[in-house]
Amino acid sequence: MMLKVDNLRLGFMAGKKTLAAVDGISFSIAKGETFALLGESGCGKSVTAQGIMRLLPAAGRVLGGSVSMDGESLLTLPEADMRAWRGGRMAMIFQEPATSLNPVLTVGQQIGEVLERHLGMTGAAATGRMLELLRQVGIADPERRLDEYPFQFSGGMKQRVMIAIALAGEPELLIADEPTTALDVTVQAQILDLLARLQAERGMAILLITHDLGVVARMAHRIGVMYAGELVEVASREAFFGQPRHPYTQALFKALPDMSRRGQRLATIPGQVPSLAAMPAGCRFAERCPHVMPVCREQSPAWREVEAHAVRCHWQGDAADADAAGGGHDITDLSVSAGREFLQVDGLKVHFPIRKGLLQRTVGHVRAVDGLSLAILPGRTLALVGESGCGKTTVGKALLQLIPPTEGSVLLGGQQLVGLRGARLRAARRHMQMIFQDPFASLNPRLRVGEIIAEGMDALGVVGEARSRRAAVAALLSQVGLPEEAIDRYPHEFSGGQRQRIAVARALAVQPGLLICDEPTSALDVSVQAQILNLLKKLQSELGVAYLFITHNFAVVEYLAHDIAVMYLGRIVERGRAEEVLRAPRHPYTQALLSAVPLPRLEGAAAVIRLSGETPSPANPPSGCHFHPRCPHAMDVCRSRYPEAVDVTATQRVSCHLLST
Amino acid sequence: MMGFQIVVLWSDILIWLLLAAGIGFAVLIARNPPLLAAWRRVGASRVGMASATVLLAFILVGLLDSLHYRPALEGKPGQETRYAVEVLSVLDALATPLRTRNEKTYSEPFATRLYAKETVDVPGQGAVREYPRLKHGGKHLAEREDEVAADAGFTAFRAGVLAFLCWLAVAGLASGAVGRGEAPGTGWQRIWRGETAFAWNAVLVALALMLLVAVPLFWLSGQYHVFGTDKVGQDVLYQILKSVRTGLIIGLVTTLVMLPMAVLLGIVAGYFRGWADDAIQYLYTVLNSIPGVLLIAAAVLMMQVVIDTHPQWFSTAAERADLRLLALCFILGITSWTGLCRLLRGETLKLRELEYIQAAQAFGVSSWRIIVRHILPNLMHIVIIALVMDFSGLVLAEAVLSYVGIGVDPTMTSFGTMINNARMELGREPVVWWSLAAAFAAMFILVLAANLFADAVRDAFDPRA
Repeated sequence: MMLKVDNLRLGFMAGKKTLAAVDGISFSIAKGETFALLGESGCGKSVTAQGIMRLLPAAGRVLGGSVSMDGESLLTLPEADMRAWRGGRMAMIFQEPATSLNPVLTVGQQIGEVLERHLGMTGAAATGRMLELLRQVGIADPERRLDEYPFQFSGGMKQRVMIAIALAGEPELLIADEPTTALDVTVQAQILDLLARLQAERGMAILLITHDLGVVARMAHRIGVMYAGELVEVASREAFFGQPRHPYTQALFKALPDMSRRGQRLATIPGQVPSLAAMPAGCRFAERCPHVMPVCREQSPAWREVEAHAVRCHWQGDAADADAAGGGHDITDLSVSAGREFLQVDGLKVHFPIRKGLLQRTVGHVRAVDGLSLAILPGRTLALVGESGCGKTTVGKALLQLIPPTEGSVLLGGQQLVGLRGARLRAARRHMQMIFQDPFASLNPRLRVGEIIAEGMDALGVVGEARSRRAAVAALLSQVGLPEEAIDRYPHEFSGGQRQRIAVARALAVQPGLLICDEPTSALDVSVQAQILNLLKKLQSELGVAYLFITHNFAVVEYLAHDIAVMYLGRIVERGRAEEVLRAPRHPYTQALLSAVPLPRLEGAAAVIRLSGETPSPANPPSGCHFHPRCPHAMDVCRSRYPEAVDVTATQRVSCHLLST
Repeated sequence: MMGFQIVVLWSDILIWLLLAAGIGFAVLIARNPPLLAAWRRVGASRVGMASATVLLAFILVGLLDSLHYRPALEGKPGQETRYAVEVLSVLDALATPLRTRNEKTYSEPFATRLYAKETVDVPGQGAVREYPRLKHGGKHLAEREDEVAADAGFTAFRAGVLAFLCWLAVAGLASGAVGRGEAPGTGWQRIWRGETAFAWNAVLVALALMLLVAVPLFWLSGQYHVFGTDKVGQDVLYQILKSVRTGLIIGLVTTLVMLPMAVLLGIVAGYFRGWADDAIQYLYTVLNSIPGVLLIAAAVLMMQVVIDTHPQWFSTAAERADLRLLALCFILGITSWTGLCRLLRGETLKLRELEYIQAAQAFGVSSWRIIVRHILPNLMHIVIIALVMDFSGLVLAEAVLSYVGIGVDPTMTSFGTMINNARMELGREPVVWWSLAAAFAAMFILVLAANLFADAVRDAFDPRA
């Protein structure tokens, strides 16, 4: 075993108290092995990585335990010696490629720094090595790229550079802290492939920190599940995905949205992760566990070996009966009868002018949305899917007239919204509301929950009298599953999931017929995401609200959507009923996108369709079909002409030359 | 009992309005948990609370100096009462001995004789040049002039003991309040172990130091000129006390002038963007590129002419000096809003992209309502930080402007005019150093306390810190 972490305890100073963020975890990683640390936010994964590298923040303390690599104890080394280890024998890559490179140094300088420090390489030898490294991480034309600055690279390219820097010191251990969380699925697939290839070539050990079961399934050899600062289950990949043993792990799997769970309630984990200051004495999961026994609350469970699993749990039952007991029941009928379109969008364009020079003349346009048409039926869910930068969010805002559309028409129940102003626009907005991505930014921290929810009612004049308004707010809160006392509390007293519920209540306050949900669960953990998805489904069946669900998460789409529209560079390339698009995608982009999604199962997608490069800039889209530079089936006609939309079935429309010829 | 006529100067109105606004603000804070929590963090900061104690003492002096009246002149009974031309304040009344016991000219601190030789007629010896005895300083010593050190030391010791007893009483009250409902002595222990939510120990230490310095100083000032006297024989300690109000008004009223402009223009520029943003940005860029002192000098001189040509507007000299002080505040305010405006514009640009603002827009909430409900409360921390930080800068600016002769009215005492006078005193031989030293020390303590308090406020309010 190369890296051995033994009973490591890490904590933070808070005033005069020390709060243990990581409480006695032990694991080891062998050469050439990928060990994945899996857990929800705040469970101590990143702190563990920082502890191993001895890069804890100022308030962080090592409280006990040992970390040894090849027999040498890292925690007792002097700081000067430790610097030779960091970047030399162990290296780290971070979540956000945009902030982990220094913007004022060229890429060459940043790689050269590592080479000089750890290998003593300078001059021509170093340049040669840098070129080799950039080639290894798959950056084309490395001679030119070496002298470029980080801003000239795209997100995925920056992460490749980051990996090249990490590899420059020829590390034996690579710590990857959520390396693909900030990237799109197609780019994520590229980076994961690259990591796997490099590991095979060099025999590196990788400590992969992630919250994504799909990434774990694709990358890990062994998996450790963390909960509230402790490891609760360690197993090999096969054993882990074959049959998870710990109730927490089982609950995580059951909370995942999926095609097979359509129309059913998702299992949720009640309650929240206990705070650092109030850790229970017994099992830390006891409060939320479906199999809790009296002994769980008194005694912290010891490690127990069960068929290639190591589990910390008192409960010895089988996972199988838990499945039966916790199985979901139907909550919505998926076959909603199609009526008249509630919202009809035709040829919508949103162009942002690019201004340059002294006189701020317009020199071009960012075509964020470029001729988009879609329709939403009452009581149904349309998922608008696409990678970052394709204009999904702009569509949502343009529909609400928060951004004035440049061209096109938006018909809401027969009424034209584009160009509406003042009182008539306000009246129209009653029928359409928005739920935002980040529940921490979407609620004003200085207002009470009651005031936040009542704001829409006030502005649109829904309820006038003060007393009836308070009753109305309380009714809304109970509808989204929050107690009435919440009215007089402030948003910071609530967790992320509860805040998102408040945001839903605020939108529902004006009784809209359509909710535009802009990635409403992407900032939430899996178990909380399940709660919000259940809530949205419940509201749809009770109130008959239609959803426009803007997302990049296919698992959510599979679970929730009736119809799907796939967007690429401001245009819709394929739309149709969910079953059609997901089971028989016809556009090459949809096919690639679906195949790149990592599945949280043992039998991964058979063949991932590799897309080269990344989404081009909407300021300067490629000629002809926007997708042709990345398309594996590109033909001559694709370069010259944008394809017409073709009806494949009565409901599925695809814009691709492959289908029109 | 002499009659008096209350005189309300414009600056008095403003300073009491400010106090009322401060109290109103405190009530609002008490109802707003996030703000209250931030102020609790200020209250927990030792440095912040110690400097706040010092600042409070200065503010108390300033407030006492802001209640003005004209005493009645003694006249024959039956005649209509007439009032003096001189406008006095409550502070003047309290410090009557300091105000009235003027010497002829310079005298050193704790001196019993003047600083300059004079020709005196001594019976039997004719005209002799010597340092004449002071009329008031050390008068009680009579012939024992060489016992000044022993006498002053003993008096200071007695005053120190009294100060200590006063402090013990205050500390006892504080520990009683802290440990209410517990065993006796626990409050005291908790204060000194720093276990209280409010930094009582810092307040008490600051109070102890202040009492130990101030009580002996004022006790001695009844017998000596503790900081010496100036050219016309006026007690320097009295001048220092009078300067405090000038400094406070410059520091507070100026921010009052600049605040509405900075907040309004900053938010409008950041929220509405477009041509409003362009116009406001051009305005403050232009204002910033004019040398500040020049602009102030031009405005002050123009105003001077207006005041001089309309003597009928003012019934007393105090009113004229007061108007000039306010005009100076106004001019300083007009030239110093740009920094805060720029800061608020940037923050508003950031806030307007936040999702809760967009949610409000999606409900069709009007722009002004969004600004008042959503943007302004989220900018308050910057405004508070800027207010407290600007205060010390403005006190210093007044000193500089008075030094170049474009500051307050020459008849008004201020740190700046004292320093300006010191220009001549430092050039003469032997040097007169005490006036400058005293003004310097007092201003230093005021500005240092304000700066340390500003730091504590910034730490507590700045979400990034």
